[in-house]
Amino acid sequence: MDLHGFGPLLLEGVLVTVEVAVTACAVGLMLGLAGAVAKLSEVAALRWLAEVYTTLFRGLPEFLVVLIVYFAGAAVLTATIGGGTYVDVPPFIAGSLALATTFGAYATEVFRGAIQAIPQGHVEAGLALGLSRRKIFWRLVMPQVMRYALPGLGNLFLVLLKDTALVSMIGVSDLMRQADIARGATRDTFTFYAIAAVMYLTLTAITTAVLARLEQRANRGVRRA
Amino acid sequence: MDFSVDLIWRSLPKLLSGAGLTAELIALSGVIGFCIALPMAVARTARSRLLRWLSGGYIFFFRGTPLLVQIFLIYYGLSGFAWVRENELLWPILREAYWCAIIAFSLNTSAYSAEIFRGSMQAVPVGEIEAGRALGLSRWQIFRRILWPRAFRMGLPAYGNEIIFMIKSSALASTITLMDLTGVARALVAKTYKPVEVFLAAGVLYLILIYALTFALRVIEKRWDIRRPNPPVRAEDAGPA
Repeated sequence: MDLHGFGPLLLEGVLVTVEVAVTACAVGLMLGLAGAVAKLSEVAALRWLAEVYTTLFRGLPEFLVVLIVYFAGAAVLTATIGGGTYVDVPPFIAGSLALATTFGAYATEVFRGAIQAIPQGHVEAGLALGLSRRKIFWRLVMPQVMRYALPGLGNLFLVLLKDTALVSMIGVSDLMRQADIARGATRDTFTFYAIAAVMYLTLTAITTAVLARLEQRANRGVRRA
Repeated sequence: MDFSVDLIWRSLPKLLSGAGLTAELIALSGVIGFCIALPMAVARTARSRLLRWLSGGYIFFFRGTPLLVQIFLIYYGLSGFAWVRENELLWPILREAYWCAIIAFSLNTSAYSAEIFRGSMQAVPVGEIEAGRALGLSRWQIFRRILWPRAFRMGLPAYGNEIIFMIKSSALASTITLMDLTGVARALVAKTYKPVEVFLAAGVLYLILIYALTFALRVIEKRWDIRRPNPPVRAEDAGPA
């Protein structure tokens, strides 16, 4: 197979793809946790806000969200802080942020379910021991949340990994974009998309293996039937 | 920033026609995808190792790669082969972005749906199938009258989610020049330089599309609720003696 010297470029693209996925995942996890806490909050306004967030971003196409953050983001920035000049949102930031927002909306539901799966008695036990609410949340609830939430979050990450291909449409030099450039330069259309496909498959397979290990770790000390 | 409500109203007819194409793409590839998914799910649980292996590879590929890669492989990739361009049967289909999108969406959704149906078919209690055997039903009759109806009802919530995901991924049709809802919105943004208004309007239309379907699915799920008592058996139900 002749790559016409595009091999290193494709590998660089893989790196960018992973960077986008990891950035979006990290931000998305924070959004998701905040969203879940807001949904379970006693403050009605917070519950309402989280509800609007998940309803909106679970119902919008990921691609449209990417376009909105990139183009509408630039329009808003230009109008507010631009002072007459065009202000661009860097594609990497716009793309990662857009994917993080969608990831966060789904993660909110995963975290909410996981928090609710923890027996009330555990929280009461913490209260009986005189732990503060903050300590109960971080030392008692969260370690168990990770165990319950990990399968759901793992699935979300696999979806996210594939959605990163969308950022190629706003100019991020990810794997998909590099494959596109190589195709344009060599006119060898099938080969480069096929290579990209195999690379995504490899990333998916690696992620699946890592997730299995993480789940094992999160479940250590749990009795199995 | 000057927000133009007027522009939203003026772009609405065009956006609605885009939404029409979106609905058409989903309906067509939904039906085709379903027809591929069913035999694929059966092949996943077949006794033949070759069938299991083939269907497993198909599902692994289409679930493991981005839809965008699949669309580009079909639209740009296949047209790179001279034998495709010279084929009188293939070329009229594969040179049309419309059909390439339909093919990509159908194959993609069929892989996800096949896994859903496989899971729900394996969740049907063995006793019910054994009951069918005890009654002397043929394998096909067992599938048609026991296994599939039960499995479809069990898989319905997950399958509904898959349809929702398909609507959202259909936005990618715009990447190969199709004027679906997202395609129209992108064209309008390019013309008016008003991304906030246009994308907002398109987003609202997507939300309406998706939540209307969510609502419809909830109604169907309720109607087919297996926990609902069956109507009483009447003598004539037994058929001619």
